Amino acid sequence: MTEFISPTLSYSLLSPILVVFAGAIIGVLIEAFASKSIRPIAQVSVSIGTLVLALVQVWRIRNSSSTTAAMGSVIIDGPGLLLQGTILVISIIAIFLIADTENFAAAAAAIPGSPEERESIARGQQVTEVFPLTLFAVAGMLIFPVSSDLITLFVALEVLSLPLYLMAGLSRRRRLLSQESALKYFLLGAFSSAFFLFGAAYLYGYSGSISFAGIREAVVGGTGNDVFLLIGMAFLSIGLLFKVGAVPFHAWSPDVYQGAPTPVTAFMAAATKVAAFGAMLRIYYTVFANAEWSWRPLLTAIAIISMVFGSLVAIAQRDVKRMLAYSSIAHAGFLLTGVIALNKAGLDASIYYLFAYGIATVGAFAVVTLVRDSAGEVTDLNRWAGLGKRSPWVATSFATFLLAFAGIPLTSGFIGKFSIFSAAYESGATAVVIAGVLSSAIAAFFYIRVIVLMFFSDPLEDATSVLIPSILTRITVLFSAVVTIFLGVFPSPLLDFISNIAIFIR
Amino acid sequence: MNPTNYLYISALLFTIGAIGVVVRRNAIVVFMCIELMLNAANLSFVTFARMNGNLDGQVVAFFTMVVAACEVVVGLAIIVTIYRSRRSASVDDASLLRR
Repeated sequence: MTEFISPTLSYSLLSPILVVFAGAIIGVLIEAFASKSIRPIAQVSVSIGTLVLALVQVWRIRNSSSTTAAMGSVIIDGPGLLLQGTILVISIIAIFLIADTENFAAAAAAIPGSPEERESIARGQQVTEVFPLTLFAVAGMLIFPVSSDLITLFVALEVLSLPLYLMAGLSRRRRLLSQESALKYFLLGAFSSAFFLFGAAYLYGYSGSISFAGIREAVVGGTGNDVFLLIGMAFLSIGLLFKVGAVPFHAWSPDVYQGAPTPVTAFMAAATKVAAFGAMLRIYYTVFANAEWSWRPLLTAIAIISMVFGSLVAIAQRDVKRMLAYSSIAHAGFLLTGVIALNKAGLDASIYYLFAYGIATVGAFAVVTLVRDSAGEVTDLNRWAGLGKRSPWVATSFATFLLAFAGIPLTSGFIGKFSIFSAAYESGATAVVIAGVLSSAIAAFFYIRVIVLMFFSDPLEDATSVLIPSILTRITVLFSAVVTIFLGVFPSPLLDFISNIAIFIR
Repeated sequence: MNPTNYLYISALLFTIGAIGVVVRRNAIVVFMCIELMLNAANLSFVTFARMNGNLDGQVVAFFTMVVAACEVVVGLAIIVTIYRSRRSASVDDASLLRR
């Protein structure tokens, strides 16, 4: 009988995660005990306060690193903390959008079109559950990129996904679409996490250990059964590639992006990608690094297909949210280039790219929430014609985000693409770089087409108008636009900061 | 008995589950197939724990059960909402998107 060892936790290093969990639980208690009238304001302030406090904690521990913060199940190091910071910044600006109550169902359980629903709208009810759900998702995202064993990784994956499945179904308008997107997201998400878990089982079978360090040792030693390793890697990668929406596993993303309430889409598109790529970078750069012969060719193929497919299909889209979804598939391909690079420059570039892309994505979806008619958001691209003449500021900020997605110089997207492609070129992945540059050119075509449509065609005479943004939405749009341009003009402070502290410890 | 046989059973269960997800049309059945896949993974974990001679795999199996229970809660909530608004839980009927 071995003696029981009581676990030691380093609370200071885990504080960002613990703060967010505490905030989420307070949110649940508010939901249970506070009266309906004060709930919205209480939830918004608790959520924003929690996220800001967690961001301060991340900043405070930015130079620490430890493999034993939670009995070896979490690694706190430079890349992990940078990604946590990125996720928190994205969540703060996304929660400003979520706080704009116009977007969410009055009572999520009421049947669409029923008297109950009309009554709850008339009484001015709103779902405030969405705030604790967001915080739980954020907590899962904070753990995902720093987890260092298979259990933590799997639990973090589910903690981040389950609230998102629910949040996708909470839209106020077009509720059937929204519920349908929740169902699709849930079924495909659960399907992919089953693959993920099966892969984890085979990695455990291969190495006899569930910790990343143990699996890494087995991969370096090369003594185990290679069939187990290959099955494990393949299935685990399917789970991760699903979360980032790379091509053979992208089927959910256009539907979910379109059906989910736009603030939720903004949060999910930006923050999930950061968390999932964070975990991917850690796994491929540390655990599987010595088995690169087996995964690099496959990931290269997936990266190329994602970039080309995403860019080509986006051209044909008539709906803004679907277009942004296909563009995010293309961006998953660009980000995979950073994983394939497998060098320090690739790691730095990926983190920079994730930050720049995440901020621009939230900004772009924030603009989508503003363009409306009497029935809700207008996402049909044709009806965006002439937006630049009616509301130049909104159209200009949307154009900024599109230029950043296209990677035009003087925006953050250019620096991101340039550094990620040069890192991949350094490591000899020339094919991906060529495909990347070509598909960037294709992508630039449809981004610029939207800009031309907004600024150089005549407005349609219909009821499309731009809502006067609430103060919170205005902050989000302004912040994203300023960051996007600032990072394009002065990228070096952030790039230096990242390259100084982004070192994986094992 | 040779533990490898359990790996074959687990792979078989996993495949049955995966095929079920692809072929069946009722959301509840699809969901049950996903649960079958998770349990197949559990069986692999337990088998590997036996083969490797440590308990880590069995611990994972417990965590998986808890996570699967949470997934049931969320999944059934979504399916019931869909059923209440459409009077059908068929995956094919839910096809308003894409149009």
